[in-house]
Amino acid sequence: MLDLVGLLPLFPLLGFLILVLSFGRLPKLAVAIVGAGSVGLSFLLAAGISITLLTSNMESFSRLIWTWMSVGDFTSGFSFYLDGLAVVMILVITGVGFLIHLYSTGFMIDDPGYAKFFAYMNLFVAAMLVLVLADNLVLLYLGWEGVGLCSYLLIGFWYENPANGYAARKAFVVTRVGDTSMAVGLFLLFTQLGTLNIQDMLLGAEQQWVTGQGVAVVAALLLLGGAVGKSAQLPLQTWLPDAMAGPTPISALIHAATMVTAGVYLIARTHVLFELAPLAQNLVAWVGLITLLMAGFTALTQFDIKRILAYSTISQIGYMFLGLGVGAWSASIFHLMTHAFFKALLFLAAGTVILSLHHEHNIFKMGGMWRQLPVAFASFIIGSAALAALPFTAGYFSKDEILLAALAVEGGTLLWLGGVLGAFLTALYSFRLVFIAFLGKPSHATREVTGFTMAFPLAVLAFLSLAGGLIHVPVEQVFGLSEEHHAGFLVHAFMIAVPILGVAAAWLFFLARPQWAESMKASTVGGALHRFWFSGWGMDALYQIVFVRPFVFLANLNRHDFFDTLYAGIAALTRGGHKMVAQAQTGQLRWYAVSIAIGLVLMISLGVAL
Amino acid sequence: MILLFYLASVIAIVSTVAVIVQSNIVHALIYLILSLLSVAVMFFTLGAPFAAMLEAIVYAGAIMVLFLFVIMMLNLGPATKEQERRWLPGSIWVLPAILAALLLLQLVSVLAGGPVEIAPVEVGVREVSVLLFGPYLLAVELASLLLLAALVGAYHLAKKGNR
Amino acid sequence: MMESIPLEHGMIVAGILFCLGLIGVMTRRNVIFILMSLEIMLNAGGLAFIVAAARWQHADGQIMFLMILTLAAAEVAVGLGLIIQMFRRHHTVDISVLNQMKG
Repeated sequence: MLDLVGLLPLFPLLGFLILVLSFGRLPKLAVAIVGAGSVGLSFLLAAGISITLLTSNMESFSRLIWTWMSVGDFTSGFSFYLDGLAVVMILVITGVGFLIHLYSTGFMIDDPGYAKFFAYMNLFVAAMLVLVLADNLVLLYLGWEGVGLCSYLLIGFWYENPANGYAARKAFVVTRVGDTSMAVGLFLLFTQLGTLNIQDMLLGAEQQWVTGQGVAVVAALLLLGGAVGKSAQLPLQTWLPDAMAGPTPISALIHAATMVTAGVYLIARTHVLFELAPLAQNLVAWVGLITLLMAGFTALTQFDIKRILAYSTISQIGYMFLGLGVGAWSASIFHLMTHAFFKALLFLAAGTVILSLHHEHNIFKMGGMWRQLPVAFASFIIGSAALAALPFTAGYFSKDEILLAALAVEGGTLLWLGGVLGAFLTALYSFRLVFIAFLGKPSHATREVTGFTMAFPLAVLAFLSLAGGLIHVPVEQVFGLSEEHHAGFLVHAFMIAVPILGVAAAWLFFLARPQWAESMKASTVGGALHRFWFSGWGMDALYQIVFVRPFVFLANLNRHDFFDTLYAGIAALTRGGHKMVAQAQTGQLRWYAVSIAIGLVLMISLGVAL
Repeated sequence: MILLFYLASVIAIVSTVAVIVQSNIVHALIYLILSLLSVAVMFFTLGAPFAAMLEAIVYAGAIMVLFLFVIMMLNLGPATKEQERRWLPGSIWVLPAILAALLLLQLVSVLAGGPVEIAPVEVGVREVSVLLFGPYLLAVELASLLLLAALVGAYHLAKKGNR
Repeated sequence: MMESIPLEHGMIVAGILFCLGLIGVMTRRNVIFILMSLEIMLNAGGLAFIVAAARWQHADGQIMFLMILTLAAAEVAVGLGLIIQMFRRHHTVDISVLNQMKG
């Protein structure tokens, strides 16, 4: 069974090929079966593989599919590596992925690019599977780039609108910055440790480097740069809100559940390296903390339903980074899994809302729809509860573990406080969304658009958002046994109370007394803060000034393309010379006779002189 | 003999100058004939009677007459004299004169070696004919071919109704 | 009777005649004059050959002169035919109308 691990990414890849090579001529049912079915098959296979691995005594399993390149001393192969971490990831990717594919068969039914959509989604799932199963960093980088490509293709799915193309380009370019940093990190690791096989590399690092060694810190920082880009953390988080220009299912799959977690996965995979570089690991935690607070404040001011969810994704991944930074590896992976559940649930429910209201995104134009959109309302309640980490939801268990681990670390009190503030903000903005969009006075008269294909995934994800806290992620063998963090009763009580306070505050400010929120927004300080937070703490404008304008200026300087001008200049010179000489051809016989005479005189004088 | 040589050369040069500055075509032609005949005299003094005869008969006789025929045929009229005068302002002679003077200077400097005397022995018709039928037989054939080609070409080009 | 004539003087005369012919070609606009100046140049060449033949005292120079003469005759014949053609087309003997090969 474990030998079949190579088939895992193969099924979606075949789905992609079939859909591409059929040139969109297949009937919609066939497309849906191929598209969703391939991921479903992968899920079944992943389940089988996981059970086999976990019930056996093996710690890990690796298999070489074929050798990719062999140059001198360096060999790199398509080899897959299975352990507890990989098991978690493949189950999340194929499981949540299948549910989202199923949802999309209903959601995208009216779109003319139906087959193209599923083709890209399948390619994405294949690339993501390669990423998490990769045994060496080169293959991981292949998967990394593959998901970046699919993200670009899918964000700009409705390419006729140039704004979508711009958003896709922005996403690609910003993540590219991170990718370059990661590539440099790869080169550094290879030159220092001589191998890119992840397990060998980590072993070598442990043996050769002492904690805090400069090389380790630099390599870890470079890898962090890559993770930050892909996971939309500070300073490369500006692309994710704009990526909401794509269809809602891909926002759910790529920008909530899977691709943006690739950075978390990378750091978790190379955790030994980060343990050898405490400076880098500390930086991971602080990046996570600052990002989660920034995104939290920003989400509070947004009015586009998908943008709120996008900023909440940035914020939650900040929690995961925080967990990684304090050494709570399994807690972060646990939070990754639960986040995939409830964030996918929220996005899919938002898709239902958007579709039912004919592509309305502004929550202030919605209102009081709880009666008309019951399934969406229920999904939002459950999802937001899990997001806010209310008790007895999956989110509660995972977030609490991270915060307890932060508290236990030396100097982690500040991190813990920030995390708790972030929890308050999370509850505030998520229930702000629920109250404004679903409660209050009805604004539209509408019917819900939900078929079985859309309702079933919502139900499953809702169940998982509640019960997922009981799942135990089998990653002890990867990270070593983590200590159970015990904190006093007061701390636990505080951490439970804060989200509830947040819900209450949301009820107060946005449902019961919305005029208080309005007056705060209208005041000078409040208004300025509101605008500042709304623009994402001014980061877009900052990047525009610092990077975009100088680059465009330089490109404009080179508008006439210096090197091209060089070559064109040679041609122009030749033509100019020709024009000059052509003036000697007057067509007048006497002029020719004169030139012959001049030539004769010159020739003879040359002959006489020499 | 030497005196005759120098006299003939002076006449040749003077009449050639007259040729190139004339406005009247026919006058220029006559001056040209005069020049050619003086060159024929020069040939005589250099001991080449056959060449002299050829010059007088063929060059001055046939070729110049051909020129004359064509000029008469074109029937340019008296207006051409005025036209020629207009086409020859004084400034037009400057550049060619300078160039020709330079060329002449160079030729003279090249040719000025030690004085080599020519003792003109008469090389008569007999010697020339022996060479013509001997080593230069091919040259004669080629010359006749050339003349044939010129004949056909001239006939064709000058045909009436040939646009 | 036959006294010696310096070789250079003969060559110089030929050179002067040649240069005069060259001036004629460069200066005149009437195409018939140009042809006549060409004849002058050819004739000067022939004179040079005869002078050389007299120096070496053999007949080869005269034969060369014969060839030059033949050439001149052929050239004049064809050239005059071309002049007649030109006159028929352009109704003038000005050489500046023949400038279509310019540029």
